[in-house]
Amino acid sequence: MTNAAGAAPKPLLVERNYFTFAASPDEMVLDCGVRLGPITLAYETLGELNASRTNAILILHAFSGDSHVAGYLHEDDDRPGWWDNMVGPGKPVDTNRYFVICSNILGGCSGSTGPSSTNPATGKPYGLSFPMVTIKDMVRAQKHLIDHLGITKLMSLIGGSVGGMQVLRWCADYPAMVGSAIPLATTTRHSAQAIAFNEVARQAIMADPEWNNGDYYNGSGPTHGLAVARMIGHVTYLSDEAMREKFGRRLHRSTLSFDFTGDFQVESYLHHQGKKFVNRFDANSLLYITKAADYFDLERGGGNMLINETLADVPFLVVSFTSDWLYPTYQSRDIVSALKKNGSDVSFCEIEAQWGHDAFLVPNKRLDGLISGFLDRVYHEHCL
Amino acid sequence: MNIVYNQDLGTMRFDLQVIASWIEPGSRVLDLGCGSGDLLEYLKKHKQVSGTGIEFSEEKAARCIERGLTVLQGDFRQEVRDYPEGRFDVVVLSQTLQQISDPKELLIDLLWIGKRVIVSFPNFAHWSARLQILFTGMAPITDQLPYEWYNTPNIRVISIKDFKRFLRLFGVRIVREVAINTHHHDYKGNIVRSFKNLRATYGIMMLERVT
Repeated sequence: MTNAAGAAPKPLLVERNYFTFAASPDEMVLDCGVRLGPITLAYETLGELNASRTNAILILHAFSGDSHVAGYLHEDDDRPGWWDNMVGPGKPVDTNRYFVICSNILGGCSGSTGPSSTNPATGKPYGLSFPMVTIKDMVRAQKHLIDHLGITKLMSLIGGSVGGMQVLRWCADYPAMVGSAIPLATTTRHSAQAIAFNEVARQAIMADPEWNNGDYYNGSGPTHGLAVARMIGHVTYLSDEAMREKFGRRLHRSTLSFDFTGDFQVESYLHHQGKKFVNRFDANSLLYITKAADYFDLERGGGNMLINETLADVPFLVVSFTSDWLYPTYQSRDIVSALKKNGSDVSFCEIEAQWGHDAFLVPNKRLDGLISGFLDRVYHEHCL
Repeated sequence: MNIVYNQDLGTMRFDLQVIASWIEPGSRVLDLGCGSGDLLEYLKKHKQVSGTGIEFSEEKAARCIERGLTVLQGDFRQEVRDYPEGRFDVVVLSQTLQQISDPKELLIDLLWIGKRVIVSFPNFAHWSARLQILFTGMAPITDQLPYEWYNTPNIRVISIKDFKRFLRLFGVRIVREVAINTHHHDYKGNIVRSFKNLRATYGIMMLERVT
């Protein structure tokens, strides 16, 4: 693509920033009771914060995402951020108009404090001495960042999957800071099925002798266990229909091998995904984050934490996908049902899509239209 | 007599024009089966109404949301259940009552979540339908009811007279009513003032619970 002058358009460059807080003696108290500090969050921003600070959108990434939501980190970067089709100038989350923030979650491994970070008390990586963190803790840390940026109310919060859980947690814990919210393909509580898959993934890592009780940062680490964990994850992100369409029973070689090296395209796809993941993700982070997702429950104690008067004036856009069997539509409808009890202004759409849970990350005109239309309305009604 | 209140109204279905004229500025409105959101958009733009729609079709619901309207995709028979009492000033049920399997229970639900309910429905006792039954001996097919018996979504046969009798029996008060003559998707129509049950193609009523 070229612009009017005939030159290739310049890639949108973004910078990764770091915010450190909760230094001793003001450590952050976690849900598990442990004090953690100092905490660093890696974050990136796009667009400009307006003078009245009303155009900020916080994007919450899913379990294996990072702060690099869109654009390129340097001139020669060959891959844009994970939601580049959605976020950027002129895109549905239009950075010509909105100020977009995305931070790596607490417990993650892409610049924020997590089990692979150095424990200041020992000078070594935390490993399993890293305290258990919850979705609530992740959101609590993000609130420090938003306070630091001088934003008292976010125009919108957008997130899918584990990112959607964070959106909902924000609504439950800091409703006065939420201008509007877009939880995508998510749930108020992990189902037994979702917990089951996460547990199999964790067991795959912990069964790898290289895991060494989480103390592996001097060696190669549990690469095999982590790859298997990712393969399981990818099965749950697709769907029967998506796999039939994408792979069927097609072989990735000309004849059957009559051994266990893998014959089918679906096998080589999973091997490839597993291998790719090992290069960018920390096995202990997977253990901690999946556990945080499993613990997530906004309905603990009988009441739904989304039923809250402060949310009555907050516009919501809830979206699910027909073939998502990890967080099926009935779970999104439960969110909608709770919000309706507040009298909240809630819109809901179930998008027909064959790509399973992954659908929220796959470019989709319908999702683009929903998000841009919803944000446009929120911007005109609440920010001007 | 054509009622055309202004330019935006002119492109909207005639029964919706009448309904729109009945809605007070600034009220909270629920539109059941809101389609692509024409009524909601009009009410939002011209009457500062805070509106919500429920629409079964993904495509239409999505179009509404893209237009900046608040719309839930789903089956409104299910969706109306979660709202608290009196959440809406007005609930609109236009040209759908005849397709509901439990109309009585639905009206009870609607009068719970809305202070008032506006209902519009095709009048099965219009003279053209009566004549067809009389002379052909077959289920009538009219502009308002353009289906064969085997493919019609209209499972309830209602006339204006039947509906008013029903309201009397179940203690629902009619706040306002009008009978109109219009084609089912047409933006033109007129008010019928005499022999309504014979001459009107649609009845529109605003209902209220008797407390």
